[in-house]
Amino acid sequence: MATAPYIVVGGGQAGLQVCDSLRKFGYEGELLLIGEEPVLPYQRPPLSKHYLGGDLDAARLSFRPASHYEKLGIALRLGVRVTAIDRERREVVCSDGSRLAYARLALTTGTRVRELACPGADHPAVCYVRTLADSDHLRAALAEAHRLVVVGGGFIGLEVAAVARKQGKEVVVIEALDRLMARAVSPQVSDFYAALHRRHGVDVRLSTGVSAIEPAASGVQVLTGRDEAFAADVVVAGIGVVANDEIAAAAGLACRNGIVVDACARTSDPLIVAAGDCTMHMNGFLGRELRLESVQNAVDQARVAAGTMCEQPEPYVQVPWFWSDQYDVKLQMAGIGMPCEQSVLRGDPAAGAFSYFYFRDGRLCGADSVNRPADHMACRRLLAQGTMMTPAQVGDEGVDLMQIARG
Amino acid sequence: MPKITFIDVNGNSRECEVPSGISVMEGAIQNGIEGILAICGGSCACSTCHSYIDEAWMAVVGKPDEIEDSTLELALDRRPNSRLTCQIEVTDALDGLVVHVAQNDG
Repeated sequence: MATAPYIVVGGGQAGLQVCDSLRKFGYEGELLLIGEEPVLPYQRPPLSKHYLGGDLDAARLSFRPASHYEKLGIALRLGVRVTAIDRERREVVCSDGSRLAYARLALTTGTRVRELACPGADHPAVCYVRTLADSDHLRAALAEAHRLVVVGGGFIGLEVAAVARKQGKEVVVIEALDRLMARAVSPQVSDFYAALHRRHGVDVRLSTGVSAIEPAASGVQVLTGRDEAFAADVVVAGIGVVANDEIAAAAGLACRNGIVVDACARTSDPLIVAAGDCTMHMNGFLGRELRLESVQNAVDQARVAAGTMCEQPEPYVQVPWFWSDQYDVKLQMAGIGMPCEQSVLRGDPAAGAFSYFYFRDGRLCGADSVNRPADHMACRRLLAQGTMMTPAQVGDEGVDLMQIARG
Repeated sequence: MPKITFIDVNGNSRECEVPSGISVMEGAIQNGIEGILAICGGSCACSTCHSYIDEAWMAVVGKPDEIEDSTLELALDRRPNSRLTCQIEVTDALDGLVVHVAQNDG
């Protein structure tokens, strides 16, 4: 009897990386990547940045050309959704009715957007940014629009706001919390970004919830809990994502705001691993469980998952990093800085180039760098090496952090 | 169309036609050059498209800017002719360019 293939469910960055890494680890058997979207795996970060702004063709979003999959022997089934996992028979059930046997399975199912739940949220003016199709839709809608309301002051919402301002749209950002990007950065960095967006003409409303979206003569009215109304032609909601863990949960795999995996990306079934945005994982660097939505996590955890599938398990210990481009300002984040007990400034916010380094339990735990790439890279290396740093060192521009990082 | 020669870590050499306007990294990916990973997709965030520019071409290609210079700190074996290929835009002036792909983690 022929051996069943390894199957990877989810055609995003983590899914592609599992496939590539399986070949690197020496797996020579059949390999199948199943993706719900009808296109080759592509980069998502530009969807709210350059691609939305029209500076990039869709063809340039693909990670790899079709020839890559042929060369590595990666069979593709695109435009197909896996609807169930039959663990007893070791099969996945697809939306086209087919059942496919697997020897091992990797789940890289990613996330989907959290949808607005207020009355009127189903109005066609309400857009999201997660998929290529979403971004195409928003791009077309923005082309016709004058007024944009962004619900949610996180990375996606703010990146979209920046693109729309560059296009000359009137932009309002409505954020429920009292600062921007509150989950990811410190209050100081949030304040810098609120000022940055306001300087670019964005009407930033903090501590404001959206209560309803009502049709108007032209477009919609976005109503807030403060009884304000903002007229909009397009509404973009960037209020977070939800892990696609339903098929895993239905198959009896442990799930908790994501598919629960150990440090080697194993689910509660030894034949099934999971990686990327969809996992609630034991993070070796942090020493605790969390879910991370990032390119870094997709790639590094996928490599770990592939190693585990090839009986070469190595724990996932890589330093998290993230980035966000808004206007001509590059925000780079290393480690997990929040929550922290102390934040130390390096550089000059007034000059638009600075970093905040964060300390937790007396140790450096992360840094947010604004137009300070050298600080960011030094921090990543320092965190990876576990170098003991003091607040005085990182705050002193006379101290060459990269030199310390080089050892 | 400019021709670029990529030499991978195993010494395999291949001349590829790469359209102007895209990056050297994208040209390598389109042509399936081994060792160019580009996991961040060309955002100058990861260094996995690290390569060495052939000495004869250094002056034409030029030096990295500040962001690239910092990102190169993540590269495994940085040398004076190190560049991140995602940051080099292909132009007619680069016709004949020779790029030695570095050891990229992956």
